[in-house]
Amino acid sequence: MKKAFRIAAFTAAVTISVSALGLIASGSVARAADPVRIGVTVSSTGPAASLGIPEANAVALLAKEVAGHPVQYIVLDDGTDTTKGVANMRKFISEEKVDAVVGSSVTPVTLAMVEVGAENKVPVVSLAANAKIVEPVDDKRKWAFKTPQNDRLMAKGIADHMAANGVKSVGFIGFTDAYGEGWLEEIKPALESKGIKLVAVERYNRPDTSVTGQALKLMAAKPDAIMVAGAGTPAALPARTLKERGFKGPIYQTHGAANNDFLRVGGKDVEGSVLPAGPVLVADQLPDNHPSKKVAQKFIADYEAKYGKGSVSTFGAHMYDAGLLLQAAIPAALKVAKPGTPEFRAALRDAIENAKDVVYTQGVVNMTPTDHVGQDDRARVMVQIKDGAWKLLPAGK
Amino acid sequence: MDLSIFLILLQDGVINGAIYALLGLSLVLVFTVTRVIFIPQGEFVSFGALTLALLERGQTPATIWLLLALGVVSAVAQVWQGRRTLSARRVLAIAGTDLALPAAVAAVTMLLAPMKPPVAVQIALTLAIITPMGPYIYRMAFQPLAEASTLVLLIAAIGVHLALTGLGLVFFGAEGSRTEPFSSAMFEIGSLLVSGQSLWIMGVTAALVAALGAFFELTLTGKALRATAVNRLGARLVGIAPSMSSAIAFTLAGFIGALSGVLVSPLTTIYYDTGFLIGLKGFVAAIIAGLASYPIAGAAAILVGVVEALASFWASSFKEVIVFLIIIPVLLWRTWGAPVVEEDDH
Repeated sequence: MKKAFRIAAFTAAVTISVSALGLIASGSVARAADPVRIGVTVSSTGPAASLGIPEANAVALLAKEVAGHPVQYIVLDDGTDTTKGVANMRKFISEEKVDAVVGSSVTPVTLAMVEVGAENKVPVVSLAANAKIVEPVDDKRKWAFKTPQNDRLMAKGIADHMAANGVKSVGFIGFTDAYGEGWLEEIKPALESKGIKLVAVERYNRPDTSVTGQALKLMAAKPDAIMVAGAGTPAALPARTLKERGFKGPIYQTHGAANNDFLRVGGKDVEGSVLPAGPVLVADQLPDNHPSKKVAQKFIADYEAKYGKGSVSTFGAHMYDAGLLLQAAIPAALKVAKPGTPEFRAALRDAIENAKDVVYTQGVVNMTPTDHVGQDDRARVMVQIKDGAWKLLPAGK
Repeated sequence: MDLSIFLILLQDGVINGAIYALLGLSLVLVFTVTRVIFIPQGEFVSFGALTLALLERGQTPATIWLLLALGVVSAVAQVWQGRRTLSARRVLAIAGTDLALPAAVAAVTMLLAPMKPPVAVQIALTLAIITPMGPYIYRMAFQPLAEASTLVLLIAAIGVHLALTGLGLVFFGAEGSRTEPFSSAMFEIGSLLVSGQSLWIMGVTAALVAALGAFFELTLTGKALRATAVNRLGARLVGIAPSMSSAIAFTLAGFIGALSGVLVSPLTTIYYDTGFLIGLKGFVAAIIAGLASYPIAGAAAILVGVVEALASFWASSFKEVIVFLIIIPVLLWRTWGAPVVEEDDH
């Protein structure tokens, strides 16, 4: 309780102090080293608040100085509202004169922001996962990058795991929003490539109080396994109803469910569920040669030192990764132009696009002009819920 | 779809419908007495459920601070509005209901919460925390506007709803909670599996409906509420204070909302904003009843629940659309079928 309040108060404090800093800096004081200004808009309120709050929290852990230039972050809340996201974007560009924007938390808001970013030639680093934000790279998406893994990469992990465990048919239940639709689009080809049949597709809403109807319909199709495409605690409801109605097969979840509140609410109903996730979820269980292990452990230690034990989530890691990406790209851009100029923004975009071997908390990134995500299989692990905790599954099982 | 599936869906629909029925009744009650379409009704459901969830985990819910704050605002509002006719006794009464009562509830909660008292005590605490918010919100937001048009009252109600939703996020965080069921018993009737919790819901709803009926028929306060609902001016002429009736109506609304939250929270995960959607479905039922008839509202709520359950089976992507579509034929029928009554607010 107090924590939630502290989080809100903290976010407000960061926003105020950073914009106050901005006022001072825009005067004559800080001409010596021009600050790099980053606008951050996330969904700290509204339906995606469970994503936006940890993302806003993680801003405090980002680098405050890169190559001798101070980095300032201006954090705004868009309330999971497309109109407000665009308004924030315009505010960043016209009033705050930012060099890059990070955000937002969900796909619909981000897609609208990318339009504004392209129009004003400001790079946008998305924390929302849908591949449509950065694919295909055209005139608009030239300015858009993304830190969360593509659903395709995650879907492939699920399909591989199903194939390896003899699953022949699958029932799908997902959110009626962009998240559920995006997953359905990705899982279809992934299943097809493994010869697994998708026998039933059902939808539900995030705040639904019952999914009995959908569960019965799924079970009537007699699938070997059922996959739930939901984010956060609402993803636990179908699993619970299916267990109640006597479904015995394996249940798959998506990485959207990978936070500790999901375990708390799901309890024994989600025991045994399998899901793909970013390596940061099981950082301590990673083999020592995994490139992300050290970065992920540092992120978790810093985050929990600040916000309390068990507070960390993969959503915060996406923000942290966006910070790492910018940190890697800013030095190259600084060689070309001064922060606050259109030239700097263009150079920053080019530098991000050319980023090579940037180690995230979730895998290693190599951007190219046609791939603005840049991740490979190292950005995904398969995890099973065992005894109320996340357990890393060995590769290929 | 075979018979057994139909029965399971029917059962699911009736249980959810019972909760909608409680909220629908409460909306009708508040509207008839005060002309307020009480959108924040659903927030009481979320607050009730999540307060109970926190008590269950042995934490002190932040809603007690909201209760204290609302009490203070309500006391100030009342003293200000009655500043010309204030007597020492009146001030004492206000201080008692608006300051001493919430302070006592908060103190007891802080004392008991870390001790993890038995479920019955937790539920009693939850109801004691949430119920008084009803009249406080009335004194704060609606009493000063009591003579305004229905539209102004509706706008105020939306304002209160938005404020409470925001506070809910601060108090409870973005993720949901579920509470332990009152009873984990399961009964098998043919192919149907009936949970003890669903029997609780049906039982409490039936008992509450009966109690409300008795309250309106048998007690003087109940009759005063009915009189205010029929004719505000007439009720005033025979000595019923409308502000008193309204405060009682809001108290009932707070109580019913919190109770619904307590009942529904073991069935499903409740989020800080879930209440709004549940309340909205109660509202659909209340609209079908023309915001006037309790029995029709109750029956309509069960209908909404069953339609929702069937729609989730046949066309899950359009479930909400189908549920809220019910409202359109009803509105058409009411516009064409009934004589038009202009609201006399100009």
